Amino acid sequence: MATGDRRPALYGVMAEFDNPDAVIAATRRAYEEGYRKMDAYTPYPIEELSEALGYHRNRLPLVVLIGGLLGAIGGYWLLYWTSVIDYPINVGGRPYHSWPSFIPITFETTVLVAALSAVLGMLALNGLPMPNHPVFNTPNFELATRDRFFLCIEAADPRFDHDATANFLRSLNAREVTDVES
Amino acid sequence: MSQAVYTPPPVVSLIQRRSLIVGAIGIAVCVIGAIFRPAQFLNSWLISFMFWIGIALGCLALVMLQYLSGGAWGLVIRRVLESGTRTLPLMALLFLPILFGIRALYVWARPADVAASELLREKHFYLNIPFFVARAVIYFAAWIALAWFLNKWSRRQDVTADQRLERRLQLLSAGGLVLYGLTITFAAVDWMMSLQPEWTSTIFGILVIGGQALSAMAFAVAVTVLLAQYEPMSHVIQPRHLHDLGTLLFAFVMLWAYFSFSQFLIIWSGNLPEEVTWYTRRLNGGWQWVALLVVLFHFALPFVLLLSRDVKRNARTIAIVAVWVIVMRFIDLFWVIAPARRAEHLAVHWLDLAALVGSGGVWLGYFAWQLRKRPLLPVNDPHLQEALNHAEH
Repeated sequence: MATGDRRPALYGVMAEFDNPDAVIAATRRAYEEGYRKMDAYTPYPIEELSEALGYHRNRLPLVVLIGGLLGAIGGYWLLYWTSVIDYPINVGGRPYHSWPSFIPITFETTVLVAALSAVLGMLALNGLPMPNHPVFNTPNFELATRDRFFLCIEAADPRFDHDATANFLRSLNAREVTDVES
Repeated sequence: MSQAVYTPPPVVSLIQRRSLIVGAIGIAVCVIGAIFRPAQFLNSWLISFMFWIGIALGCLALVMLQYLSGGAWGLVIRRVLESGTRTLPLMALLFLPILFGIRALYVWARPADVAASELLREKHFYLNIPFFVARAVIYFAAWIALAWFLNKWSRRQDVTADQRLERRLQLLSAGGLVLYGLTITFAAVDWMMSLQPEWTSTIFGILVIGGQALSAMAFAVAVTVLLAQYEPMSHVIQPRHLHDLGTLLFAFVMLWAYFSFSQFLIIWSGNLPEEVTWYTRRLNGGWQWVALLVVLFHFALPFVLLLSRDVKRNARTIAIVAVWVIVMRFIDLFWVIAPARRAEHLAVHWLDLAALVGSGGVWLGYFAWQLRKRPLLPVNDPHLQEALNHAEH
């Protein structure tokens, strides 16, 4: 076990905190130090924390917008094709292309496809479903669903240096700083 | 922070003075118009009247809605909305020209026309002058009474911090919203729909309600952003408040569009002569361009802009959208009211502008005067601290 080669690859260094203020403060400090590839794990959503982590825009709104537009075009085209091209029926003398009566269904398909893209896009962008994740190798990590607050600086961060990063996290009043094996 | 008094900034008095001066000039022009072009003046006046009372009544509805729903968005704009409701006595005064001009404005009020039309004789039991006046008195009495109690108890809460007042305000709001819904439906029929008494649309009252809520929301956003430029509100209004207000503005844009389109779709599908002529008049002779303007800029443009989180969280952009919506509310009312008794072709009269500026200047001046009277926040509302908490503790 002494050979460095056989040591399991490192996912990152995890710091454990008692309270939300400590984890927010630690995250801000880490961000100031230049760390970017990091994530925090808390029992409930903390708005300030996502900002402290350098709230990054995700592409979900774009996915939903494209989904909505496709739904609108697809819905309208379906109505146009069925009532004008494939099976035109004279209804009370109205034109085949009765756009006012197409709008409610176009609206419905817009919402439907946009909502589906929101759910599926969220899953895809989060990389879900994911059967396991390295952070679960952290001791005590199940407390992240109860009363502990965790901050993980990942090894993939360019500024990551095992000892320096671990010492830095210790200096932030963490209860515990542990390695996370990948 | 809880001890702050939230005194309105001096800019409010400046707005009050300037609005009253501009309004006085507008009213003077209106008086000249009323003498030489009475029929045109009344039509123009009715448009502006419906526009400004739409904001005042929308404020009334939103205040009551917020007592029932709760929410930080409503606490930061409550004093703006309340000041809007306190303009209702002024609106009763501005209603007088319409009352004196019933015969010129409404075809059902002219005996010769009624005698000549079987339809008008049938509708005479409802559309007659004494009943019309009596109904108007009831509407204003109901609205002013609601506004009076809402303002009185809210003010008492400031002074005494009596926690029971919240419950009382909620009870009043629950009944008040029902009363508002009923009265405004009848008022919309009386004042707007009966311009073309052959026409009926059961969704019309709801459509007017949607328009009023939208007007008031846009107005409240514009005033809030203005106040946020100055002490003390510059410390209070945060992007998240603007975000919530912008989201509600977005919802009301959608709601208005939904009601508006529902009315159009049903009448278009039915294609019955007594209903569809209302639209054929408004979709021909140049009015179709106004209709297109309304679809594109009352609905589509605000809809697309308000989708963006950045637009809603930025004070400058959300204020621009809000003012834009207010302008489009006027154009929408112009499109609904003006074609009723005007030449077949699209025409904009100088009195349309004079009426807008005259009634608007007076209304805004009165509003600013009311806004100055009280602290800009309900200082003893039990939820205020929660609403003002900064994201970073």
